[in-house]
Amino acid sequence: MVDKIVATTLNCSYGKVHSIKQLNLTVFQNEILGIIGPANSGKTTFLRTINRLNDMLPGFSATGTLTIDGADIFAMDPEALRRKVGMVFALPLPLPMTVYDNVAYGPRRHGITDKKEIAEIVERALCASSLWEEVKDRLNESAMKLSGGQQQRLCIARTLAVEPDIILYDEPCSGLDPISTAKVEEAMVELKKKYTIVLVTNNVKQASRVSDRTAFFLMGELIEIDQTAKLFVSPKDKRTEDYITGRFG
Amino acid sequence: MNPKLAQKIAFVFLLIATLCVIVPVLIILFIIVKQGYSAITWEFLTTMPRDGMRAGGIFPAIVGTLSIVLTAISITLPIGVGAAIYLNEYAGDNALTRIIKLSIVNLAGVPSVVYGLFGLGLFVIFLNLGVSILAGALTLSIMELPVIITTARGALSSVPQSFREASLSLGVSRWQTTRYVVLPNALPGIMTGAILSIARISGETAPILFTAAAFYVPHLPRSMFDQVMALPYHLYIMSTQIPNVPKNLTFGTALVLLMLVLAMSLVAIVTRVYFRKRRKW
Repeated sequence: MVDKIVATTLNCSYGKVHSIKQLNLTVFQNEILGIIGPANSGKTTFLRTINRLNDMLPGFSATGTLTIDGADIFAMDPEALRRKVGMVFALPLPLPMTVYDNVAYGPRRHGITDKKEIAEIVERALCASSLWEEVKDRLNESAMKLSGGQQQRLCIARTLAVEPDIILYDEPCSGLDPISTAKVEEAMVELKKKYTIVLVTNNVKQASRVSDRTAFFLMGELIEIDQTAKLFVSPKDKRTEDYITGRFG
Repeated sequence: MNPKLAQKIAFVFLLIATLCVIVPVLIILFIIVKQGYSAITWEFLTTMPRDGMRAGGIFPAIVGTLSIVLTAISITLPIGVGAAIYLNEYAGDNALTRIIKLSIVNLAGVPSVVYGLFGLGLFVIFLNLGVSILAGALTLSIMELPVIITTARGALSSVPQSFREASLSLGVSRWQTTRYVVLPNALPGIMTGAILSIARISGETAPILFTAAAFYVPHLPRSMFDQVMALPYHLYIMSTQIPNVPKNLTFGTALVLLMLVLAMSLVAIVTRVYFRKRRKW
């Protein structure tokens, strides 16, 4: 097991709201780490701290260290960091352009101009997110015309096109029907071979289905982290047990 | 009251309010066209005024207004949009930016004749540009900056934040995000601001009164530093300063001014339609 992302005494706050408290957490390379927990438990804050999207929010501050491959992310150039750390958002967020341009957007902005190379990247990314078969004849249509599940896989493809190491999923299936959810999950398990994945989810069952290890967050604290099989069968903490069995508030 | 009846009454009232907007526009247009169209001839559009403005054409005033307005809009649009992008996309919320935003609002509230005096003091006298196209255009562009900045900021902030985040999360820089995601989607709104500004600049008399406009110039402008005749000022002269000007000439001039505004706005309208069509959300 190679340590990929390591958080050490990480604290995050928005103004006076302390949303992550003394977090120590390691994500291993090529695993899917599921993060579960009720609303306001700091799950999404943690994700958005990893790719430093929170930097843009007024009043956000973080102390402690967070490293990727041993490098302190707060000392890195945020743009370089975000190329390594892709993100899939809770709602499908295609950009208002064609399917093709959506996937080509990242590589183009990063300076790839060769049309053939871009076409290859687009096809590869769409195949990897198992969307290619469905959209190969609709590449020049607006991405807004795709169904919700297709849009979400398009966003995954767009993330893959910039060839990150890590993919952060922020409740990626919250707006999707069960069949689309299954497809997104399938793609996720397939992608694990090449990427390290952190999956924040409100759906406890989803975490039990796809993640290798699961972490339970509550009120900004990491309560428990373990192999998914162990955590779901014999949680050590009473609060974890209450949450995963649905007895929690 | 029965809710259906209440709804009907409300709709009728709202319809009347809407008609109140349309009716004066139609009446104004009707009067100007009716009284003025007989003056519109090729000669009227392409020759110099004769006989102390009582005959001949308004060609120099058309050229003057066109050159002032086009110069002004090409100065104010890039500066205004640039300031709007800075304020909306880059600047944080601190004391300085709050002062800047407050100044913009205040700048919008200054009467246009004050801009005229300001232009006279700064551009005509202090910068020694003289009464000229450039001085008038600069005065008008400063007057128009708050409008452009405000409408452009509105257009920029109506682009969903999530688009920016999606772009940034791919490691794309903030400038590229602005350039490729935010601006294209804000452009229709920015163009609306430009259209309104063109219309307002074209019709303003007070700011160019001391800075650009001349009562009569016997030749066309040769450079940016020449005085020019301008349609709104010419209209003012014809209707108040000179006795016995045929009525159709005055209204004809007003009609030409309207058409000119429409023609210049058309460019902005076409761009707006084009980008609205391209926008896919």
